[in-house]
Amino acid sequence: MTTSVVLPVLTRQHLIDPEICIRCNTCEEACKKGAITHDRRNYAVDAERCDACGDCLPPCPTGAIDSWRRVEQPHPVAAQLGWDALPEEITEAASGAAPMPQSVVEMVKEASFGQGGPAPPPWSAAHPYVGLYTPDRPAEATVVGKRRLTGDDSEVDIEHLVLDFGKTAFPILEGQSIGVLPPGATEDGRPHALRLYSTASPRDGERPGSNNLALTVKRVTRDLDGKPVRGVASGYLCDLEKGDRVRVTGPYGTSFLMPNHPGAKLLMICTGTGSAPMRAMTERRRRRLSRGEGGSILLFFGARRRSELPYFGPLMKLPKELIDVELAFSREPGQPRAYVQDRLRGRAQDVARLLSDDDAFIYLCGHKRMEQGVFEALAEIALSHEIVWADLKQRLRTEGRLHVETY
Amino acid sequence: MSIDYASKIPNNVDLDQNRQLQRALEHWQPKYLEWWREVGPVESHSSEVYLRTAVSVDSKGWAQFGYVKMPDYRWGIFLAEREPSRKIGFGSHKGQAVFEEVPGELRSTLRRIIVTQGDTEPASVEQQRFLGGTCPSLYDLRNLYQVNVEEGRHLWAMVYLLHAHFGRDGREEGEALLERRSGDADKPRILGAFNEQTPDWLAFFMFTFLTDRDGKYQLAALAESGFDPLARSTRFMLTEEAHHLFVGETGVGRIIQRTVEAMKQHKVEAPDQVRALGVIDLPTIQRYLNFHFSVTLDLYGGEISSNASTFYAMGLKGRFDESKIDDDHVLASAEYKLLDLAGDRLVDKHVNAQLALNERLRDDYIADCQAGVDRWNKIIDKSGLPFRFKLAHKAFNRKIGTFAGARVSPDGEVVGEAKWTHHAADWLPTAEDHAFVRSLMGRVTEAGKYANWIAPPARGIDNKGVDFEYVRFA
Repeated sequence: MTTSVVLPVLTRQHLIDPEICIRCNTCEEACKKGAITHDRRNYAVDAERCDACGDCLPPCPTGAIDSWRRVEQPHPVAAQLGWDALPEEITEAASGAAPMPQSVVEMVKEASFGQGGPAPPPWSAAHPYVGLYTPDRPAEATVVGKRRLTGDDSEVDIEHLVLDFGKTAFPILEGQSIGVLPPGATEDGRPHALRLYSTASPRDGERPGSNNLALTVKRVTRDLDGKPVRGVASGYLCDLEKGDRVRVTGPYGTSFLMPNHPGAKLLMICTGTGSAPMRAMTERRRRRLSRGEGGSILLFFGARRRSELPYFGPLMKLPKELIDVELAFSREPGQPRAYVQDRLRGRAQDVARLLSDDDAFIYLCGHKRMEQGVFEALAEIALSHEIVWADLKQRLRTEGRLHVETY
Repeated sequence: MSIDYASKIPNNVDLDQNRQLQRALEHWQPKYLEWWREVGPVESHSSEVYLRTAVSVDSKGWAQFGYVKMPDYRWGIFLAEREPSRKIGFGSHKGQAVFEEVPGELRSTLRRIIVTQGDTEPASVEQQRFLGGTCPSLYDLRNLYQVNVEEGRHLWAMVYLLHAHFGRDGREEGEALLERRSGDADKPRILGAFNEQTPDWLAFFMFTFLTDRDGKYQLAALAESGFDPLARSTRFMLTEEAHHLFVGETGVGRIIQRTVEAMKQHKVEAPDQVRALGVIDLPTIQRYLNFHFSVTLDLYGGEISSNASTFYAMGLKGRFDESKIDDDHVLASAEYKLLDLAGDRLVDKHVNAQLALNERLRDDYIADCQAGVDRWNKIIDKSGLPFRFKLAHKAFNRKIGTFAGARVSPDGEVVGEAKWTHHAADWLPTAEDHAFVRSLMGRVTEAGKYANWIAPPARGIDNKGVDFEYVRFA
């Protein structure tokens, strides 16, 4: 018996912008796959031969070679040779992207409740794609990497999972989420509900230029009241093996996005797997560090103990000029209990400076129960600088500078 | 194939394995730097310029960007990767293994080709040395400097070949390349076009669009060479050359863009009214195009050339895209159609294709130029203005070959002396045109600002913004 495979709905096609290209032939010279060809008028990329290796990109003097379109059917070479300009990018409506499923709308609303209402994205955020893939028309990704992030001695199982989209276009920004469709059905025969996971990778993939993303997944073994349960989606994801296929919807999220302007500062507060979007944003910044765009990152990161803190090792290796890290452990043996709000108070001067800086953007992600403590600490810090927190919070939100995602 | 940057002279030719050659080039290196300091870009030596430097010749290491002071730029010797078992692709040795050394009977002529090509590289640096004083933006200044350092790199490429394969004669030619000076009455550069001034940025962009394109076609013909070190050297140079063509094509394109915007905004078309807006009127741009195009056509030499025929037969210099042409690659009996002057008429003439290789290369070049001009016209088309740029007829304003001294209009009409004199000011830039263009040339060095007569580029270099600080002054 063969199982039916969901075909990619959209593929990412490499093209050359005829308005910018000067027909210098360096790309054709550089392409070892013989995918680039030309006539008297234009240069074109044969989608059959191009494997997006990127060899042609550096020699291009104009940047025309670095053009990509999401397409249902690749544009044939003959058509490209006749172009005066690149075709329009397929809009979400034209690509058949459906509105967000009601369940996603509700989950997002619930998660961002703490910020006090809807917030616009930072003014310099990139335009996000939303809802390209739906439960009826999901994308299919392959597990290409998996590793346990928590120590072997820890009872907590947090996995780092890398999903590759192959030739399927899945444009996603730091702070956005994907929906995962666990296979199978509930006892009463309905398909399992989709679950949202934030991407832990920057927009250009786990390695720059790759079409993949990572998730930080904690195996759920207890519900919010502490009763033992088996998390359907998290259990499914944590048990996946390399090579397994996953049905994915999304991307989702139009608000919890990072600013892109030089000099923008990030204040990030997270616990546990709430670190995923923070990792994505930090890595985006790290890859652009050599550009000298400025802008600091101040991270407050909490976990029960060191061995349960996702990405502890890599985090400690990040350069000081990139990120300033404050860790808080609430159950580290032999140490007093510390929470992120305690660390916020310890850095009150720096936090206050960020609160009154128009270029600073605040992100909160993790357990619902940290929310109250964090906001109390921020209110205290604000007050000691003669700022009314309630007013400031409202202003931060409406200016797209405060983003909350808690669960 | 990584480049050894630990050596005094960065290279990927195992220079440390050949002590004699290494010593000779290390002897030449300080003289080169002295030449750069003396006649390279003026007042540039302490500026930090956001330049690309190759760290390897494969695509991954090809373009590394960073701030560099130009005298510290790592000029060196970079050859494209060797193709194992490469065969000679044309001429009477077609199908034989490529030469690693120069065939004895061709030494002096091949040396001449390399010297002539090599001479153009420092010449253009000398021609452009004052342009930095009138740059329209930091972005353009950086592009000028990138062109300059890469022309310097191309000189290195040619000097390496001279040193490595032509013994004492080659070394002497290497010295002479640093002694001639563009426009110097006593020791001029070899080719006419490289003794002309590059007095303003319109001329610079025309030069990089048209004259550097001649470089592209000459290098492409040499990249087909059966003399493998020459082929590999020129193949890598072609990748660098593309940036120069880009600077020219987009530079002129941005000038046109700005002019057209101003014309539409103020609803004027008459050249003097357009000039009053502080932008360059389209007919002046056309006259610059006519001039630079016609002098560049001369660089291809005479229509009939027995030298070119010999080089081809010996497998030393091919046609443009030789390996992609579908014929016998020997051309013993093939014919080529070229244009001749019969009294006051232009007529077709058929000659042996091997004798007409200069003309064939010139024709390929003209088609490439035409495609670029068509793209400029699209900028005007979008505005709805009726003006069209035209490439002048190939017999127009020529000093070399069949049409030398003939009076032919840009439309290809053979005209008498009287008509020529009457129209010369419509066809070629006048002293007044030059004075006007020069009058616009200020110096804009604030990041993100562009002179009034040129539009900002569509995108920056290395994904940087158009307002990036591409040059930092000391």
